[in-house]
Amino acid sequence: MISREEFRQIRDNGLWQQNTSLVQILGLCPLLAVTTNLVNGVMLSLATIIVMAIANLAVAVLRNLIPHEVRIPVFILIVAALVTVVDLIFNARFHELYRVLGIFIPLIVTNCIVLARVEAFANKNPPLQALVDGVFMGVGMLWTLALLGGLRELIGGGTLFAGIDMVFPALHPLQLLPADYPGFLLAILPPGAFILLGCLIAWKNWVEARAAERKQRTGSHRVPPVAAAGGA
Amino acid sequence: MTLPLRTPTAAGMAVRTAIILLIFVVAFTSLLAAAYLWTRPAIEAAAAAEKMKLVSEVLPRELYDNDPLQDSVRLAASMALGLDEASPAYRARRGGKVSALVLEAVAPDGYAGKIRLLLAVAADGTLLGVRVTQHKETPGLGDYIEPRKDKNKERPWIRQFDGLSLAAVSDREWRVKKDNGRFDSVAGATITPRAVIKAVHKALQYVADNREQLFAVSPGEPR
Repeated sequence: MISREEFRQIRDNGLWQQNTSLVQILGLCPLLAVTTNLVNGVMLSLATIIVMAIANLAVAVLRNLIPHEVRIPVFILIVAALVTVVDLIFNARFHELYRVLGIFIPLIVTNCIVLARVEAFANKNPPLQALVDGVFMGVGMLWTLALLGGLRELIGGGTLFAGIDMVFPALHPLQLLPADYPGFLLAILPPGAFILLGCLIAWKNWVEARAAERKQRTGSHRVPPVAAAGGA
Repeated sequence: MTLPLRTPTAAGMAVRTAIILLIFVVAFTSLLAAAYLWTRPAIEAAAAAEKMKLVSEVLPRELYDNDPLQDSVRLAASMALGLDEASPAYRARRGGKVSALVLEAVAPDGYAGKIRLLLAVAADGTLLGVRVTQHKETPGLGDYIEPRKDKNKERPWIRQFDGLSLAAVSDREWRVKKDNGRFDSVAGATITPRAVIKAVHKALQYVADNREQLFAVSPGEPR
């Protein structure tokens, strides 16, 4: 079972404190290659969530059988096998979706986030906790990649949701900036991804520094402003 | 009766670890094999349907009453098509006569590597349609050669080829307007269309050079 406190901690770790892209800075290769637009970023993240949840669950179930000395090869074996199985099933059952997601699934094998979570968390925790950790680490990656992809797409081409019609044929991309917007190629090329990722990391650190400062200040006043405002 | 617990020797540990590793490898390899065998028929069917969909995009439905995917000839690797290995060409037949040919060509000089094309050529040498099947051109810049990425939805760039032929367009016109040819291109991304136009032109010449052979009703074939 999983306590509420435990669940909250795992969730917050995945979404913010240990965010894969902004804090652990893991899996940059697929991140940079894929986030040229919002839809691609979200799609890669969705595929990663599925794989990470299954891989974490599988390793947590088998963790007592895996000898410590050879755990890394076993993890790689498990992750690679699961990714391939997910790839095959997607290809067979959801062929249309596979045409869109297909290129991302093999990329997940190269993504060290999966191996990192398996080694750092699933190997030491019960299956349910590991499953929750896999999902929320993935969701943390999802919002970061969506933000990064969206920004790159908007700055680079003035659109948002380009390619959404490949996933949902009824929907259309949005042209947010004027149609004669010349585009800003740097945002779409890999260096632009590095620069924007750097900006996002700086933003996260700024938010945290401010929160820490506020906490310190309220600590000295001994009256939390939230409680004070509560009466109004 | 209880087994005495003894500290394992180094060799014993190594053997034990090796056996566990082996069990994992066998178990997960079997899982992979099972998944592969289980999904194979569905994947093959889906791939064929997808190919047919692509073929039907370049090939007007009224031109054939056969299943072009089942009526293929193998084209040997050739420089004119940019292919470094043999590839199938599909024949559309109407009433037994070959009415059109669907073949693959590769533009080797795209901005980011090869651009794979699928062309349909009618028996009289008219281009029925061209589609890009695979490319790595810059997203948002050179990828307008793909109709679904093209911002011009009414008349996507790639449809400029529809209805052209070697007879109607002189050799010098197979270029972008910037190079004094007849084809539009998007400013800032001319390497990509140049490569596609060149490949289409060469493929048409290939079909013209091998017309007899490609459109012959092979003897002994049904109908």
